[in-house]
Amino acid sequence: MLDYLSGAVRISLVTFVLCGFAYPLAVTAIGQLLMPYQANGSRELSADGRIIGSRIIGQDWRDPKWFHGRPSATVAPDPQDPSEYIAAPYNAANTTASNLGPTSKALQARFTADRKVLDEVAPELAGRTLPADMLTASASGLDPDITPANALLQVDRVARARGVRPDQITALIQQHVTPRSLWIFGEPRVNVLELNLALEEAFPNK
Amino acid sequence: MSIQAWLQTAATLVTVLLLSIPTGRYMARIVLERTTRLDRLFDPIDNAIYFLIGRKVTSQAMTWKAYTFHMLATNLVMTLIIFAVYSFQDYLPLNQLRFPGMEPFQAFNTAISFITNTNWQSYAGETTLSNFSQMGGITFPMFTSATTGFVVAMAWIRAFTVKNGGSDLGNFYRDFIRFITRVLLPICSVIALVMISQGAVQTLDASFVAHTLQGSDQTIIVGPVASQGTIELVGTNGGGFYNVNAAHPFQNPTPITNVILIVLMALLPASIVVTFGEMIGNRRQAWVLYAVMGALMVLLLALCVIPEQDGTPTLESAGIETSATADQPGGNMEGKEVRFGIAGSSLFADITTSFTTGAVDSAHDSYTPLPGISLFGGMMLQCVFGGKGVGFLNALIYGLIAVFVAGLMVGRTPEFLGKKIETQEIILVSLALLIHPLVILSSTGWSMLAPYALSSLGNNGIHGYSEILYAFASGAADNGSAFAGLNSNTAWFNLATAAVIFIGRYPPIIFLMAVAGSVARKPTTTPSASTLRTDTAMFGVFWFATILIVGALTFFPALVFGPIAEFFAMKAGLTF
Repeated sequence: MLDYLSGAVRISLVTFVLCGFAYPLAVTAIGQLLMPYQANGSRELSADGRIIGSRIIGQDWRDPKWFHGRPSATVAPDPQDPSEYIAAPYNAANTTASNLGPTSKALQARFTADRKVLDEVAPELAGRTLPADMLTASASGLDPDITPANALLQVDRVARARGVRPDQITALIQQHVTPRSLWIFGEPRVNVLELNLALEEAFPNK
Repeated sequence: MSIQAWLQTAATLVTVLLLSIPTGRYMARIVLERTTRLDRLFDPIDNAIYFLIGRKVTSQAMTWKAYTFHMLATNLVMTLIIFAVYSFQDYLPLNQLRFPGMEPFQAFNTAISFITNTNWQSYAGETTLSNFSQMGGITFPMFTSATTGFVVAMAWIRAFTVKNGGSDLGNFYRDFIRFITRVLLPICSVIALVMISQGAVQTLDASFVAHTLQGSDQTIIVGPVASQGTIELVGTNGGGFYNVNAAHPFQNPTPITNVILIVLMALLPASIVVTFGEMIGNRRQAWVLYAVMGALMVLLLALCVIPEQDGTPTLESAGIETSATADQPGGNMEGKEVRFGIAGSSLFADITTSFTTGAVDSAHDSYTPLPGISLFGGMMLQCVFGGKGVGFLNALIYGLIAVFVAGLMVGRTPEFLGKKIETQEIILVSLALLIHPLVILSSTGWSMLAPYALSSLGNNGIHGYSEILYAFASGAADNGSAFAGLNSNTAWFNLATAAVIFIGRYPPIIFLMAVAGSVARKPTTTPSASTLRTDTAMFGVFWFATILIVGALTFFPALVFGPIAEFFAMKAGLTF
């Protein structure tokens, strides 16, 4: 009996220290030493050194002059009543997906409402078939990317807001398409923050 | 699907196959304590650890009872440790976001869930756990629960290799430590650094604030993510640092990390089959089993990947393109990330349920019904490679039943690997097999009649039933993924899933260890002309059919009410 207890307690303590702390701390030390940019969250800094986001975490872009990310289903506690949650897109402190199933009325209603807003902001989209990522919410609620098709459909709106020719913006998108890795892995995509930074640099909007 | 998507799937599977052979052989050398080139590095480390645990307990031969009791005692002590870590994290260091201690029901559920390799999460990591808890309460049991499953499987295989009336199934502590130091830690340390190089975060900070160009503030949670996000997959654990698990860009930043994670999930469960062949000295037998599991996996994979591309009537009526073109992936992208698309997400989803890991890179709740059947199938059969060690044992359970039935059909004595399979073994094996459907179906049935369960649903109609069935199937299969619309942080679901997880894990292991004890004592028979050979293609087909028929008969009615009914409802354009 004592054998069992003493063996069990000792192996538990040894592996607690080894797997629970020695391993993650060693990885942290090496990661911070060799790859501090990635290990700390791929932070983008402005010219004056402020953090303006993580390159790989999506943001809630609203003005017409920016490219917009996908719908996001993240929520936050309601300031009026902290026991209730309200929509808070791209909340990187409380990630979630919509978790709505294929026969969900709520999902259908969301598609219809979002589509109406899109068509109002960009009348050229009315009646067109849209790429799926323009209306569907991502799994993380923080998807940093959109599809190239999605980006191209936003060109007219961004060009209008910035007073430049659409073909200039289109050219910018082409430069920022990330292809599949090793030809076959993943999908072609455009990082929204990267594209918007390039946009602001090429066509500053006062 | 695009050509690239098919190639991505094929390349991933071939990589797993090719890596599993050397890995499985290496693991056999570790278990059999044969020399390897790495001994000079690992021997001093292991000897130091044996010294700390105690020379006596780490050197004695163990019977099935001793092995099992040491395993259970160890699991109990570890459960108490992690329960204390969650409950008292507000008194422990590295709690920068000042999270309170976890509520007792939830801490109980989480402790049971992580000690059993299930990793069902009724909490959301980034809003509940401190970095200390993530390391000491989550990363720690990820190693030990995976190792528990593995060593039990190894002890079980030894029972068949013990010659004539022995009872020595090995030493629990040596098996345990050697698997951690020589397999899990080296793989995880290297891969975690690769994950960081791709963008995974690894820091002891808890958060930073970004001031966006749009003019708002975004608080971003960080932590020791890469280290946890690696063992999570290598150990087929599945508990994410973040609520959205491997969909989070800080855990799974690129398509490259996505494929690495998929390969890692599949690698060790596939390698165990190779290890099995080495240990029994019959590679042919191992390949028959590998082929049976592989065929099941391809079947479920096809059912998962292909229909997801078709989208849903709801998507079409909103004017969404569902077929793939050069610059967008089409399909049902609700709850999926652009960088993975339909192919990368559904491949991950299939592997995570087949190998009963439970990590997700997409929202399973939003999958269309046919892939839903595939996700259920992996967890209900729980031997399509399955989780670490346990999935392999489940496949052998079906194998023993196949031997028994086939033996009766052709009038030969049922034998497996030279040991007679008799009434006692078949009774124990059947009990182990029946616990799984019993706990899933009874708890689902109860919940469907209970208002306090139904108030947790995130979807109405048929899909709501699927959410509950999925929760208990996931728990019983040590999977841990969820149809996450279900609010499982209630007293009922915390207690019920913990019970299902517990009963689905330990009694079957004890029954199987008893089988091991009984098999070990039997004399080894020499194969003769009247022996029914189990290492032939013919027996493989019979094995495959046994799994499919027993599994399908058990769970088909439950699936008819869920994803199958929803498929027809969806086709008819119904919404709920």
